[in-house]
Amino acid sequence: MEITPFEFKSRLVLTELLGRRAATLPELVEGIRSVPLSSIYHHTHRFLQQHHFLSPEPPNDFAYWVTNMLNDEIAGEKLASIDVTQFLKLSDLRQRFLILMEEYLGTAINVNRQSPEGEEFHFMSSRIFVVPTGKIAGNIKEFRDFLKVVSIHSIYFHMFEAKLRLEKGDNDFSIWLRSAGKEEEAEQISRLDPYTFTLEGLRERLLKIVNNATS
Amino acid sequence: MPQVKDYKDIVGQSVIDELFAIGEKSRDLKIQHVNSTAVGGGVAEILTRLVPMMNELGVQARWDVIKGGEKFFAITKKMHNALHGVPETFTDDDWAHFMEVDRENARSMNFDNNVVFIHDPQPIGLVEQREHLDNKWVWRCHIDFSEPRENVWLFLKDFIERFDGAIFSAPAFSRPLKTKQFLISPSIDPLSDKNKDLSDDFVRDIFDRFGIDRKRPVVTQISRFDYLKDPVGVIKAYRLVKRYIDCQLVLAGGGATDDPEGEKVLSEVREAANGDRDVFVLLLPPSSDVEINALQRGSTVVLQKSLREGFGLTVAEAMWKSRPVIASAVGGIPLQIKHKYNGILTHSIEGTAYWIKQLINEPNYARELARNGKEHIRQNFLITRHLRDYLLLSLSLFHDKDIVYL
Repeated sequence: MEITPFEFKSRLVLTELLGRRAATLPELVEGIRSVPLSSIYHHTHRFLQQHHFLSPEPPNDFAYWVTNMLNDEIAGEKLASIDVTQFLKLSDLRQRFLILMEEYLGTAINVNRQSPEGEEFHFMSSRIFVVPTGKIAGNIKEFRDFLKVVSIHSIYFHMFEAKLRLEKGDNDFSIWLRSAGKEEEAEQISRLDPYTFTLEGLRERLLKIVNNATS
Repeated sequence: MPQVKDYKDIVGQSVIDELFAIGEKSRDLKIQHVNSTAVGGGVAEILTRLVPMMNELGVQARWDVIKGGEKFFAITKKMHNALHGVPETFTDDDWAHFMEVDRENARSMNFDNNVVFIHDPQPIGLVEQREHLDNKWVWRCHIDFSEPRENVWLFLKDFIERFDGAIFSAPAFSRPLKTKQFLISPSIDPLSDKNKDLSDDFVRDIFDRFGIDRKRPVVTQISRFDYLKDPVGVIKAYRLVKRYIDCQLVLAGGGATDDPEGEKVLSEVREAANGDRDVFVLLLPPSSDVEINALQRGSTVVLQKSLREGFGLTVAEAMWKSRPVIASAVGGIPLQIKHKYNGILTHSIEGTAYWIKQLINEPNYARELARNGKEHIRQNFLITRHLRDYLLLSLSLFHDKDIVYL
C-alpha cells in the first residue's frame, strides 16, 4: 500500500496582550464574547503549554481565575467542567462558555464581586508559527522513531492545534494512521483525552499505541 | 562566549533545532537594539548575550547605546519612578531636555534596519525618526507598568502609539493602546558567569573572602541598592527571624550608570544595619558576576522583597541554582513563582520573616520548592526561549494572520 509520507511540523507561539481586563464575572463574560477566537484557544490551552511537565494539568484560565481570584467556586467548577476534547470548533467552545455563564449569572446572587487589585483577568491571544522539523516519515517504523525524538511542541501541534485551532476534525496522527490503514491505532489515539496528560506522558502513550502498529 | 549549540545539554537538541529553523527563515532580517546603558542592569546583560546569538543564527543584529548627561539620567530616573507609581513632578524644561537629548542622539545614529527595538523610556523619542523610514519599530518595556503616574503615562503614550508593536514583561502591564502588544518575559543565561555551575570549593572561597560563615544559615538578597527593592524592609524581616534563628543576612548588588540614587539608598541601608556583624552589605563592582553567582549558590534562602519590579530576574537566577526563593508578588515575579509549588510569594515584612523561618527549619520542603523552581525556569525563562520570542516577534511584524506558516 502506497503511504503518503507524514511530515512532522512544530509550532512556536508568540503571546499577544489584548489590553483588555476583567475584574468581575460579568466583565469576564463580556470579554469571552468579544475577544478573537485565538484568545479563547489561548486561555483554554496556556497551562498545558507552560506547565506541561506538571500533572494533573490545571483547567482553563477562566476557571482558574474565577475560582482563585473571585473565590466563586460554583462558577469556577462550571467553567472547569467544560470538556474541551469534545469541541471541533472554537466558536462552539466560546458559545458553551457563554451559555453556562449566562445561566449562572441569571440565578446566582452577588455576581459582581471584584477580584483583588492587581489580580484582574488579562485577556491574551496567541499567534502561532508552524515550522518544518525536517523529519518526514515514509512508513510506520519511521513515524515511531521520529515520534520518540520530536519536540513536545511538535506533538502539541499535531494533537491539539490541528484538531481545534486548524479545525481538521481530528488530530493529525489519527488522520495519517487511518490513511495508512491503521484504523485501530488511529481510533485509539482519537479516543484519548490528551488534556489529562503531561506532554511527555502523552508522547509515551502515543508510542505505546504506535508500537502495536509496528509489531 | 558560548554559542547557541552549547545550550543543547541544558534545553535539549530539539530546542536548538527549532532556533536554527527560525534563524533560517529570518536571514533577511536586520535587527537593531537601542538602550541607554552598556553595562549594569538587566537590559544590558540580556543584550550582551542576545545580540551575538541572533547573529549566529544568521540574523544581522546590532546594538546601539544612546548618550546622555547627568541631567538627562536624573529626568529618566524620575520617569522610571513615576512609571512605578511614585509621585514625581516634571517641568516643561524636563520634557524639553529629554527630547533634546533623544533628538541629538538620533542625529548621530543610523536606523537602516528592518526592525528597530527601542528598550525602555530613555530612547523612546527616537521613534520620531520612524516617519522618514520604511521599517518596523517596537518598544520593549522592561519596567513594571501596572500603575504609572498620569503625567508620565500621557507623555509616553503619545510615543508608544507610533510604534508597530509594544512588548511587556507581564500581562498586568498591558493597557488599552492603538499599538499591538506582546508578552515576552525576559530570561537568564545559564552559561553566563552569573549563572554557570561553580565548584563547591569556589563557592566556599567566595564566602570566606567576604567573611560569611556557611555553618550558619545565610539569607541573601541580590539587587542594586534601590528603594523599590526594599533593602531596609529586608533588614527588618531578618531582625524578626534573628530572634529565633542565628542566621546571617547578605545584601549584595552593584550600581548602574543610569541610576544616580544608589548611593543615598546604600547609606540608609548601612544605617539600618546598625553595625550588626551578621549583616553583610556588599556593594560589588560591575565585574562581580561570578561572586554574585557564588553568593546565590551558597545561600540557604534567597529573597527578592521588591515593592515594584519590572520582572525580577534575580528570582529566576536563584531558582535556576536550585535555591528556595521568597519574593514579593509584584511585577513579573508571580509569573516565575507559583506560591508553595516552586517558591514562596509574600506581601509583607512579617510574611517574609515567617517564610524564612519555615524554609530554614524545613529543609526538605525547601528542597522540593527549589527542584520545581529549576524546572520551571528551564522550561520558560532561559535565554533560548527569549531569543526565539524576539525572532518570532520580528517575523510577525511582516505577517497579518494569527497562524503563520514559515
